[in-house]
Amino acid sequence: MTAASPPAPALGKDLTGLERLSGDQIRRVLDLAVRFREISDRPIKKLPALRGKTIVNLFFEPSTRTRISFEFAEKRLGADTVNIGASRSSVSKGESLVDTARNLEAMRIDMVVVRHWSAGTAAFLASRIPSNVINAGDGAHEHPTQGLLDLLTLRDRFGKLEGLRVCIVGDILHSRVARSNIYGLVNTGAEVAVCGPRTLVPAGIEKLGCRVFARVKEAVEWADALNVLRLQLERMQGGFVPSLREYNRVFGVTRRRLAQAPRELVILHPGPMNRGVEIDSDVADGPHSVILRQVTNGVAVRMAVLALLAGRESDAPAAGQPRAGA
Amino acid sequence: MRLPPASPERELERVTRLLVRGGRVIDPTLGLDAVRDVLVEDGRVAAVGEELLSPPREGDPSPQVIDASGLVVAPGFVDPHAHLCEPGWEHRETIATGVAAAAAGGFTAVCAMPDTDPPVDDPAAVGFVVAAGRRASAARVFPAAAATVGREGERLTEFGEVVGAGAVAVGDAGRAIRSSRLMRLALEYAQSFDIPVLAHAEDPWLAEGAVMHEGVVSTRLGLRGKPDSAEEIGVYRDLALAEATGGRIHLQRISTAASCRLIRQARERGVRVTAEATPHHLLLSHDLLESYGANYKVDPPLRPRADVEAVQAALADGVIDSVATDHAPCHYDEKEQAFDEAPYGAVGFETAFAVLHTELVLKGVVDLPTLIARMSSGPARALGLPNGGLAPNSPADLILIDLGDEWEVDPDAFWSKSRNTPFAGRRLVGRVVRTLVAGETVWTLGDESA
Repeated sequence: MTAASPPAPALGKDLTGLERLSGDQIRRVLDLAVRFREISDRPIKKLPALRGKTIVNLFFEPSTRTRISFEFAEKRLGADTVNIGASRSSVSKGESLVDTARNLEAMRIDMVVVRHWSAGTAAFLASRIPSNVINAGDGAHEHPTQGLLDLLTLRDRFGKLEGLRVCIVGDILHSRVARSNIYGLVNTGAEVAVCGPRTLVPAGIEKLGCRVFARVKEAVEWADALNVLRLQLERMQGGFVPSLREYNRVFGVTRRRLAQAPRELVILHPGPMNRGVEIDSDVADGPHSVILRQVTNGVAVRMAVLALLAGRESDAPAAGQPRAGA
Repeated sequence: MRLPPASPERELERVTRLLVRGGRVIDPTLGLDAVRDVLVEDGRVAAVGEELLSPPREGDPSPQVIDASGLVVAPGFVDPHAHLCEPGWEHRETIATGVAAAAAGGFTAVCAMPDTDPPVDDPAAVGFVVAAGRRASAARVFPAAAATVGREGERLTEFGEVVGAGAVAVGDAGRAIRSSRLMRLALEYAQSFDIPVLAHAEDPWLAEGAVMHEGVVSTRLGLRGKPDSAEEIGVYRDLALAEATGGRIHLQRISTAASCRLIRQARERGVRVTAEATPHHLLLSHDLLESYGANYKVDPPLRPRADVEAVQAALADGVIDSVATDHAPCHYDEKEQAFDEAPYGAVGFETAFAVLHTELVLKGVVDLPTLIARMSSGPARALGLPNGGLAPNSPADLILIDLGDEWEVDPDAFWSKSRNTPFAGRRLVGRVVRTLVAGETVWTLGDESA
C-alpha cells in the first residue's frame, strides 16, 4: 500500500457494515491494523493521529468489551472521548435518536461510535449528521469492527483469507457478528458456512453466499476454523431451543466433537462466552483457541478504522516486521 | 339500497342541474366506454347519453355545463380501507384533511377504519365520524365499526346499533380476531344486518414482532421477518369460516400469491368473499427496504416480486375486486426513527390512481376500464354502497381524469396532513383533475383554496 499517487480513501465517511466493502478495502483496513497493533506493545501506547478529535461513544445497549476496545483505540490515537450509555427505557421516554445526535453534533464532535438495539440505526444516523459514524453493532444487522477483527485474527493464523473455510456456529438469526463475518469473508474470497438449529438459521441465508450445515459434525469435517457464537439465554424463552443442556449436547463445540475433525480447527468466539453452553472450557482455553488474540486485534482494527475515517492513515507506524503473510 | 349517510342535504338543494359534456365516459357497471354526456339532476345521475339537452328543451332552465372534452369521466372512486385518524391521532390526519386528500385523488367515498383512539366501537363514535364527514363536505365518509369491543377480540360490538348509526361494515382494522370462534360469531351475526366483516387475515403468532417480509432481504438487514404463511393461514381460516357460516367476508390488504390462490378457489366454491389490494402491494417489492426507509414500512409488508406479480394478476382477473389505499398517515417525527420503532403505514389517496395508471394500465397489465372498476364499482359492491356507477338515479359522484397529465409526486403538495408516501419523486402519467360529489365540485386541480 505504498503507491506513488495518494491512494483513494479506503472507507467513505462512515463504517456502517462490511456488506458493501470490497476485498481490497477490507485488506487495506487489516494492513493498517497490523501497523497499529505494534503501538499496543510499546511501553508508551500513544500516537497523536487523532489529537484534537472528539469522539462520542453512544451506546444504547450495554456493552463492556466493545466499548472498552473502542475507548482504548481512541485514546491510543490521542482522541478526546465521551461515553454515553443510554438504556432503552430512558431513550424511549426522552428525546429521539436524531435529536440526541444533533445535540452532540452541535457540540462540534468529529465521530460517533454507535451501538443500538435496532437494525439500520448506524446508517440512519450516518445519513443525517456530518460526523463520521462507526457502527458498533445495530440490532441483528452488522458489527463491522467485530467482523474485521475476526478476519485479521484468521489472516494472522492462516496467512491469507482466500480459500479459507470458516463455519459460523450457533444463533445466526439474531447475530450481527454472523452477518458481518459472512460479508467480510465472502468479500475477501473465503468460503463460508453457517451451522445451527434450523430455528436460528434465517431464511435465505445461503443467498448471502454461504452453505448451511444442519449438524456440527458436518461443519467440523469441512472447516478450517469455527467462529462460535454466543447463545443468548433469552432464546430459550423465545422457544428457539428447548434447553441449554440439549443445545450443548447437539450444537455445543466440545473437545470430543473437535477430535473428529480431519485437521486442527482454529476456534474463534466473539465473547462473552457461555462456557458449557455453546463452547466447552477445554476448547475455549485449548491450544487452538484464538479468542484472546481476537481481543487484542479488536483494538488494532478499531484504531485502523478510526484513522482511516479521519483521513490519518499516514500517521500509522511504518510497516515493521512483517508477520506471517500480513 | 340504503341512502349514503354522508350525503349532505344542502348539496341536493343547491345543484339542481348539471351537464358534463363531451367526455369519454367509462362506466364498467354499464359496460360503457364512449364519448357521452352525463346529466345530473338533484345530486343524482339523470341520464348518460349522446348530445344530451342539445338543443335545450323549451322552458328548461339551462343547466350548468362542465366541458369534459379530452377527459375521462368516470364514477368517483370508492376506498374500502382508509385511516382518517380522528378521534385520537389528529396530528396525523383529521377527517376534514383526510376527505380533502381523498377528493384530490378522485375518491368520492371512503370507508373509515375504526382503529382510532378511542376506537369506533359504539353508535356514538360512529355518529361522530358520520357528522364530521358531513361537515367536511368533500368525499363521503362511510365508517366501519370495530367488530369487537375496544378492538380487543373479547366480545362482539352491537352490530345493529352501529349499523343504525351509519356503519357499513365491521372489522377490527389492523388486528386479526384471534379467536376463531369469535370470528365465526361475527360472520354469523353480521348476516342479520347484511354487512360484510372486514378481515385482517393473519396468524398473529407467526406475525408477532415482525417488521418486514421474511426472506433474504430481512436476513440481510437483520430485521425480524413476517412469513407469507402468516397471511396464508389467516386467509384460509377466514375463508373457511365464511364458507361454513355463509357470511360475507371482505379480505383486507392481500399481499401474497398464496392468498390469491385461496381466494380464487373459495370464490369458485361460492364463498361470499371480496378482497382488496393496495397500490403499494401491487407495485412495490421488499428490495426497497434495503435503505431502511421507514416510508416502506407497511403492514402487511412489501413482498418479493413474484407475490407482487401474482397480486397484479389477481387484480386483472377480478379475484382481487377492489383497490384499497389503506391510507395510513404517520407524522414525520414518527417515521423519523429507527426502522423497528417507526409506525406502519403509507398515505395513498393522492397517488393511488396515478401510480396504478402509470405502472399497470400504461404497461398493459390491466386496462383502464378494469382499473376504474376495481377502484369504484368493486369496492362499492364489497361494502354494499349505492356508489360506484353512473346508472340513472345513482349518486352523482363522478370524476374527470386527464390521462395525459404528467406530474411528479411532491409530498409537500399533499392535501393530507402527512407525507409518508413510498412514491415520493415518482414521475406519473394521468391524474384526476376534478371531483364531484352529489353533482357538486368538491375539488379541482390547481384550485388551492379551501
